[in-house]
Amino acid sequence: MLRYAIKRIGSLAISLIVASLVIFACIEVIPGDPASFMLGINAQPDTVAALREELGLNASLGARYLSWVTGMLSGDFGTSYTYRSPVAEIIGDRLWISLPLALIALGLTVLIAFPVGILAATKRGSWADMSVMGATQLGIAIPNFWFAMLMVLLFAINLRWFSAGGFPGWEHPLAALKALTLPAIALALPQASILARVMRSALLDTLSEDYIRTCRAKGLTQRQALWRHALRNAMIPVLTIIGLQFSFLLAGAIIIENVFYLPGLGRLVFQAISQRDLIMVESVVFLLVFAVIMVNFAVDLAYAWVDPRLRGRS
Amino acid sequence: MTRWIFGTMAATALLTGAAIAKTDVTIGLQLEPPHLDPTSAAAGAIDQVLYANVFEGLMRFASDGSVINGLAEDWDISEDGKTYTFKLHSGVKFHDGTDLDSADVKFSLDRARAEDSVNAQKALFANIASVEAVDPLTVKVTLTAPQGNFLFNMAWGDAVIVAPESIDDIKVKPVGTGAFKFDDWKQGDSITLVKNADYWGDAAKLDKATFKFISEPTAAFGAMMAEDVDAFYSYPAPENLAQFEADPRFTVLAGNTEGETILAMNNKQAPFDNKLVREAVSHAIDRQAIIDGAMFGYGTPIGSHFAPHNPAYIDLTGNSEYDPEKAKALLAEAGMADGFKTTLKLPPPSYARRGGEIIAAQLRAVGIETEISNLEWAQWLEQAFRGKDFGLTIVSHTEPMDIGIYARPDYYFQYDNADLQKLMADFDVEAEGAKRTEMLQQAQTIISEDYVNAYLFQLALTTVVNAKLQGIWPDAPTQAIDLTAVSWAE
Repeated sequence: MLRYAIKRIGSLAISLIVASLVIFACIEVIPGDPASFMLGINAQPDTVAALREELGLNASLGARYLSWVTGMLSGDFGTSYTYRSPVAEIIGDRLWISLPLALIALGLTVLIAFPVGILAATKRGSWADMSVMGATQLGIAIPNFWFAMLMVLLFAINLRWFSAGGFPGWEHPLAALKALTLPAIALALPQASILARVMRSALLDTLSEDYIRTCRAKGLTQRQALWRHALRNAMIPVLTIIGLQFSFLLAGAIIIENVFYLPGLGRLVFQAISQRDLIMVESVVFLLVFAVIMVNFAVDLAYAWVDPRLRGRS
Repeated sequence: MTRWIFGTMAATALLTGAAIAKTDVTIGLQLEPPHLDPTSAAAGAIDQVLYANVFEGLMRFASDGSVINGLAEDWDISEDGKTYTFKLHSGVKFHDGTDLDSADVKFSLDRARAEDSVNAQKALFANIASVEAVDPLTVKVTLTAPQGNFLFNMAWGDAVIVAPESIDDIKVKPVGTGAFKFDDWKQGDSITLVKNADYWGDAAKLDKATFKFISEPTAAFGAMMAEDVDAFYSYPAPENLAQFEADPRFTVLAGNTEGETILAMNNKQAPFDNKLVREAVSHAIDRQAIIDGAMFGYGTPIGSHFAPHNPAYIDLTGNSEYDPEKAKALLAEAGMADGFKTTLKLPPPSYARRGGEIIAAQLRAVGIETEISNLEWAQWLEQAFRGKDFGLTIVSHTEPMDIGIYARPDYYFQYDNADLQKLMADFDVEAEGAKRTEMLQQAQTIISEDYVNAYLFQLALTTVVNAKLQGIWPDAPTQAIDLTAVSWAE
């Protein structure tokens, strides 16, 4: 297990270095100058030059890359061109919304998908299975931003149970949770539909394996065979999907963040791109890449945990 | 879980049901300020939140666009028009408790005109030769030449008075002299201002004001309908305005802005270097169709680069009446009977994107094919504005009284006319009101008859407000949301 983990950590480090290079190279070539963006169309050329100097944009590409990477190693992500405050602080604030939102949405996804998927698999062909298949098909087909707007219409505008959006801050924990409820549901619905279907088919696969028949022959009830043997073996594809979903929820909530005007990471990066706040874009993208790589690493470790055969290999 | 949800719902219902006289307001805004220093960025959102509320200048704009005294209690202009002596109000304190004195004014003006200044409107200060603190409440500004609009320049958000003690943190913690103090900024979400109890002038009627940033038009609709915000400034979804007008809970304010929306032509690039072609383009445009189609009927047609609500305005729309036949004839006269192909570069605002499609169709009708490209602001600034790589583009020029840009031959539409340049130089040093008006009218006529650009419409400002909220400015003489006189009806 240890060797397996060390190998994984090595490939993780290489991925991060490559990612930082690719991100920096891609973002620095976007046309557009942050200084002229900030100063608008009445500014004089010498003013723009003065601001470029102040922002440190006149340094060479290599020097800027090095100072970015070495800064990050010590936790200093630099200063945002537009906000003019430390990038790390801004990202930190936004993470306090995006991370809980992703976790709640993922929690809801699992809470919905597991029972539904297991039910559908065990009652294959029944009306319960058919309605699960139908409902999840619908869940995948409905765009989540549209579903979010419908919820705003119903719960915020007509019933007035929720605000239409915004985030009151974690100093009001109940209100904060409430503000994340509708966005989390909107995010979770399609993900739960996907995961339920994966759960169902993975379980169906394992349930038809020889060892399950052996278990039954040994005298286990269908229920015992399911819980002790089938479920654990069905977890590999399910874990893969959960890992992908978490990365998606963390980075991909941008449309939902816009619908509910939540100050999350997605909106931050969207705004930063249009304002050419390059250092901010680079840092957020790198952070997301880092998160995705870490999630994959965790999933890899989880594979080894559910499937002991993987520990020796690789 | 269910019980918790219902419990919360009951509590919310109780809270919203209780009628307590409101002393706070929440204003929806589409764009968030990048930072909070009005003197070092062009972003209108900075002024919208802070101008007149937190920061004040020597002079200020009133709701009708006239320039009135701000921190200056009185001023005096020397005989030769070159020396301005400002007398400051006494007892004015910055929000950090320090006194405002002439040294702060000197600091602010010197900072704005310094060599390494990053003031987006540095030109406002270009004519200042020296600033002198005569005594704690008297400032003497000497100009290199007389300047008729110097007081007007001092009213801009870029000319507000800041203090050396608080300048280092101004971008995140602005300290001004206004009726509201900066309280909190939840980046990406909202900025909160609270009443300044020690304000030197008439105290604000509200205790607290929150600006909430909602960029998505559908989210703006939801927030307004759910009454999460009390007003939405420059409401971004004109298609729902009729619905708000019909709802007794809301009022729609339709006002003026300083935004002359123009179809800019690259005057140095063929074929737009030919006046006949520019004239043809101007006649090919049906302004009303653009206002109705792209702006849902909001907007006032203009025939030159000047705001219709300004007293010096003259209506020159007759110079470029919609007449496709005439446009074709002019093209033929210019030797382009078969039309030509050009680029139409569109920045993000809806006036440009929606208007651009309509203009492209109108130009096609007279034989001009346009290749539309949609650009982000940063790209637009790089390609069209700085690189001058465009045939046609649509922009709203939101700075007040900016007809002077036509005297800058290196400005992006590259209009180079010595007569106009001389006229604007004379205008700058002219102090007499009637004479100034006449010169402005001359300038309007010159650029209109030279068809420098196709003048489309004055951008309207539509603000949706709660019907009980009073005192929101309907017009935008500058990019400001002055809340000092805003209050709730009983």
